[in-house]
Amino acid sequence: MAKNKPEGYLSAKESRRISKSNRKITNAMEKKRKRKNVPESEYLTQMHDSKNAVEFDNLHTYFFTDAGVVKSVDGVTFEVPIGKTVGVVGESGCGKSVTSLSLMQLLQRPQGQVVEGEIRLNLGDKAYDVTKMPNSELQKLRGNFMSMIFQEPMTSLNPVFRIGNQVDEVISLHDGEGKTKEDIKKRTIELLEMVGIANSDGVYKMYPHELSGGMRQRVMIAMALACNPRIIIADEPTTALDVTIQAQVLDLLKNLKDKINSSIMFITHDLGVIAEMADYVVVMYAGRIVEKGTADDIFHHPAHPYTIGLMASKPVVGKQVDKLYSIPGKVPNPINMPNYCYFKDRCEMCVNGCDGDYPCEVSISETHKVSCYRYNEENKAKTEGGEA
Amino acid sequence: MRNFIIKRLLLSVLILFCTTFIIYATMRCLPTSYVEQMAIRLSSAPNAKPYSEWLEQLNASYGLDSDIFTGYVTWLKDFAVGNFGDSWKYTVPVMDKFVDSVGISFIMGVITMILELVISIPLGIIAATKQYSKADYAISAGALIGISLPTFFFATILKLIFAVKLQWFDTHGMVGRNYAQLDSWGQFLDVAHHMVLPIITITIVSIGGLMRYTRTNMLEVLNADYIRTARAKGLSEKKVIYSHAFRNTLIPLVTIVGGSLPGLFSGALITETLFAINGIGYVSYQAMVAGDIPFSMFYMTFIALLTLLGNLISDILYAVVDPRVRVA
Repeated sequence: MAKNKPEGYLSAKESRRISKSNRKITNAMEKKRKRKNVPESEYLTQMHDSKNAVEFDNLHTYFFTDAGVVKSVDGVTFEVPIGKTVGVVGESGCGKSVTSLSLMQLLQRPQGQVVEGEIRLNLGDKAYDVTKMPNSELQKLRGNFMSMIFQEPMTSLNPVFRIGNQVDEVISLHDGEGKTKEDIKKRTIELLEMVGIANSDGVYKMYPHELSGGMRQRVMIAMALACNPRIIIADEPTTALDVTIQAQVLDLLKNLKDKINSSIMFITHDLGVIAEMADYVVVMYAGRIVEKGTADDIFHHPAHPYTIGLMASKPVVGKQVDKLYSIPGKVPNPINMPNYCYFKDRCEMCVNGCDGDYPCEVSISETHKVSCYRYNEENKAKTEGGEA
Repeated sequence: MRNFIIKRLLLSVLILFCTTFIIYATMRCLPTSYVEQMAIRLSSAPNAKPYSEWLEQLNASYGLDSDIFTGYVTWLKDFAVGNFGDSWKYTVPVMDKFVDSVGISFIMGVITMILELVISIPLGIIAATKQYSKADYAISAGALIGISLPTFFFATILKLIFAVKLQWFDTHGMVGRNYAQLDSWGQFLDVAHHMVLPIITITIVSIGGLMRYTRTNMLEVLNADYIRTARAKGLSEKKVIYSHAFRNTLIPLVTIVGGSLPGLFSGALITETLFAINGIGYVSYQAMVAGDIPFSMFYMTFIALLTLLGNLISDILYAVVDPRVRVA
């Protein structure tokens, strides 16, 4: 009888068992997180390279759902250098947003947990591992050293507070010492002007519903920039906006980044946007990084079959095609992922070695890294035991 | 906003006309008639006039010989100039009887409402912020028990435990037997002592709904994007919940609280009956059963007025807490 059940079917008994074991794991984690007076030494760490603003090191973020453990982010390693923009691309559900939420530690708890790995945040004189920090300390970093611009400007502002109040709040929280209300208001208006809102005095007194989507996203950007953060996470900031506003918002972000010299982690699935914004690109697939390198590496010398497929599927100006290319198949079920290349079933360039374990990272050049068996084979012949 | 209120007030007047007419028509059509009962009683006395003659005479003197529409207009004319008439059953002016009995119901109503708000809103918030925790399950189960308990059953249980077994309170009545000998402070305490069980009954039975409502709304708000934004700003969890989330949860709660204004005056019929409290709920019920048209009309018109006023107030409050519905 059991054989007739469709894939993904869970009996009530199984589901209960899963949620029980999940609760055990998450409760233990939450308990550890909620301890009082965690000594600073526990989350104090050393940056591997002091030129980096953020280093993600072997990050594993899992969601303990009632249907099983979803490995949303499974061993992600990359770094965001100071003053640079790193683009993170990949299709929906590949773990882009979860990676960024892991940095902000805004995961949906208690289901979402960082189970392994480090995220090192460079504070200048010292570095913290945000995954081990208690909430009270994290609150001092959020909005101050790292800030986030969300995908949905229409719903990301609190509808019952005035724009001015919402921006004031960030400034007074992190930067408000010794400042009067007038000083803070002045700074807010300055910020609103900086993000290109003409009627900044009027907007200060407005409610979010009186602004358009583009204006609201500008307010969100103003809020994110208020305390000159070291890293700004832009989680698909232009997805909900129309194309002209998109261009304006992107220009704005680019100019502002240079002005306050911070790094941007830019999450999107729009390759055009990445090409315009990013210095480095990270390509994610099913919770893992399949390829990373400079924008030039990725756009002009894509190595992983998935990246090659992505590049082939974007429309090219001036070229007439009936139907855009699309990668065949679909993303595998995120629960109980097998231990082999996740892209194998969709890949058109499989080689003999593809049946083995998940491929290790291979360096193609100084900056360009890829996880694919095709490069293993080639490299084996050239440099014996070079990169494993 | 002013135009909006004026428009609403004018509309309310129209609604009030319709409501009072329907109530009057219903009262006249009730199978229980004060006049008929009186005619039966009078005609059964020795050497009395026959029933039909009495009925005719009484109908004329109580103004029931006209048709419903004319009767309504007559009532309306009197009502408009503040002449509410005399209660047939209680044989005192309607206003006197009303003022006499509404006080205790109002005090009970206010205390219950304050208790309800003070208990159910914080509990709802706790249940929502700790979703699926033991506290949440305990609160939700408690709320469900409160909703499901029939008033008469719960009141009887309370009486059994606290009045019969423990003998902390009297089973019914508003005052103790030595009330007259007490000084004014003692009298106040005595009444307060007798109000404890009824107020507990109404509160427990009514907090469940508001609690679940608060929990649901809070959960919805806590999952909203702007709460994530507030957290991303670095606000403390306390500030996120009690400033950013609670302001949004207030929006639907205000409608409920505004709508419960008539409940303050309408009394609690079942509880008042069970504890033999001469509140407005019990008194109006007696009047209704006896077919006392002047008292019932006054009481129901009063409640209709309060309902309309409650709706208007919640609309205005809505605009106060939600900037999106402010009418220019």
